Amino acid sequence: MNARTQGPAPVRWLRRNAVVLAGLAALVYLLLPNVVVMLFSFNKPAGRFNYEWREFSTGAWTDPCGVADMCGSLGLSLQIAVLSTLVATAFGTFAAFALARYRFRGKGTGNALIFLPMAMPEVVMGASLGTLFLNTRVDFGFVTILIAHIMFCLSFVVVAVKARVMSMDPRLEEAARDLYAGPFQTFLRVTLPLAAPGIAAGAMLSFALSFDDFIITQFNAGPSTVTFPMFVWGAAQRGVPVQVNVIGTAMFLIAVAVVLVGQFTASRRRSRS
Amino acid sequence: MTAPSVPAPAGTAPPPDRPSPETGSSGGGPETRPRKRLTPYWLLLPAGLWLAVFFVAPFFYQASTSVQSGSLEEGFRVTWAFSNYADALATYGPHFLRSFLYASIATLLCLLIGYPLAYTIAFRAGRWRSLLLVMVIAPFFTSFLIRTLAWKTILSDGGPVVGVLESLHVLDVTALLGLTGDDRLLATPLAVVCGLTYNFLPFMILPLYSSLERIDLSLHEAARDLYAEPATVFRKVTFPLSMPGVVAGTLLTFIPASGDYINAQLLGSPNTQMVGNAIQKQFLNVLDYPAAAAMSFILMAIILVVVTLYMRRTGTEELV
Repeated sequence: MNARTQGPAPVRWLRRNAVVLAGLAALVYLLLPNVVVMLFSFNKPAGRFNYEWREFSTGAWTDPCGVADMCGSLGLSLQIAVLSTLVATAFGTFAAFALARYRFRGKGTGNALIFLPMAMPEVVMGASLGTLFLNTRVDFGFVTILIAHIMFCLSFVVVAVKARVMSMDPRLEEAARDLYAGPFQTFLRVTLPLAAPGIAAGAMLSFALSFDDFIITQFNAGPSTVTFPMFVWGAAQRGVPVQVNVIGTAMFLIAVAVVLVGQFTASRRRSRS
Repeated sequence: MTAPSVPAPAGTAPPPDRPSPETGSSGGGPETRPRKRLTPYWLLLPAGLWLAVFFVAPFFYQASTSVQSGSLEEGFRVTWAFSNYADALATYGPHFLRSFLYASIATLLCLLIGYPLAYTIAFRAGRWRSLLLVMVIAPFFTSFLIRTLAWKTILSDGGPVVGVLESLHVLDVTALLGLTGDDRLLATPLAVVCGLTYNFLPFMILPLYSSLERIDLSLHEAARDLYAEPATVFRKVTFPLSMPGVVAGTLLTFIPASGDYINAQLLGSPNTQMVGNAIQKQFLNVLDYPAAAAMSFILMAIILVVVTLYMRRTGTEELV
């Protein structure tokens, strides 16, 4: 007879499900701000700040770009995120194959070089890269932001792709070679499709990281290159328009829809085969 | 006793009767050919070069900047002004202390809040598992600055959270501990810690989940068969096996939290500023680059020491 089977039924139920209840409470903590952002996208605030509820309005949803410079900053963030994802995914995938598939002198150094950016606070990386650009008299702007974003996205792509490549069965590629596939054909028709989920995960991660980065960007941006997070930061000092919440809500809903559709089709494909 | 005439297994050597288009390449092994030996270096070159130039080299520039003196008008010159470091510590000592204090508390809270959720997803969620995982990642889809601003609404004076905590006299207790004051939550250390905990919670949950998910459930059964109480199963089996996740999660939370300045800026007051705020102000507003570089170096050094000691103590050298 242990503690689990003692006491009246509700107490027993509570004891058995205490972990689940605590977990759900954590989930509420995690999602509460998203709910608030969503609710307040329908607010009509009294002043310049959208922190207190006043009345229901769909004004911001019908005019999402009604705030000066906001949609421009959104476009800039998208541009930078796409470009840095492309470069970081390509370079990171190459590096991941080198580190996962080969033994060579300097591999430890390579691994450390990939690991260190993830173990460094953003403010340190941002300030030191900014110091480099200041000392070499490079003008801050689009290019410096892009360089910075590729730099911090690389490591995450390498980690995602490397994990996938290391879990791949090398016998599949041997089989392809046994069936007279050349090295190029083997890579294109066997290795790449097998590694694709890892590459896709790395690309999505770096897109999200780049799109949402603020700290490193702030240290390496020019006066005319205001990304979306920098716009929000500026707005937090001057006054937050409701449209910021509209963008936040729209991004949230689109991304959740994409993920759910992806999961649904994946589970259907699995159940069919 | 094995017969010596057994043919070699397929794959180690091609069958002799099959005409091979590239004779010798599969027999000798790829490592022996010089062109192939260089392949990993070529593959590593773009990423390695990028990180060498834009991640490693900046630290040398920063090291040199941190011992410069001068002014913005006359320019900065290297004068081996190590006083920059002493000045930084003298002026911003409290900022450093607050950074590591807040980051430590937030990391601990993340572990306490995140563990039950990771455990639930790994062992109790059943077919809801993937949906719950999506819900853990979902907050990321809204820019974190917007979500941090939402905490201003949630914790606002006269808001429901303040009202409930006030009526339960929780705010009196936290005020006694010096965490809050004047019956408010905003602009207090508690709000900053709450924001930090919130922002880095998914970074704790995901590694915890991935190491819990790998645990063989038959180990739990074995422990129960040996009459272990549920608490004992957790203490002796589950928790030790989840240690890699605990270490990775605490590092992924503590490191960014100690350098963060967004939560302190948006949810705190001048009295809750962290070292990130100081670096940001010196670099972007005061334009005193040597001071910013010196502080950034001290922060980096402390974190490297803490992380190394922690990883050695927990015995996890290889995380990547």
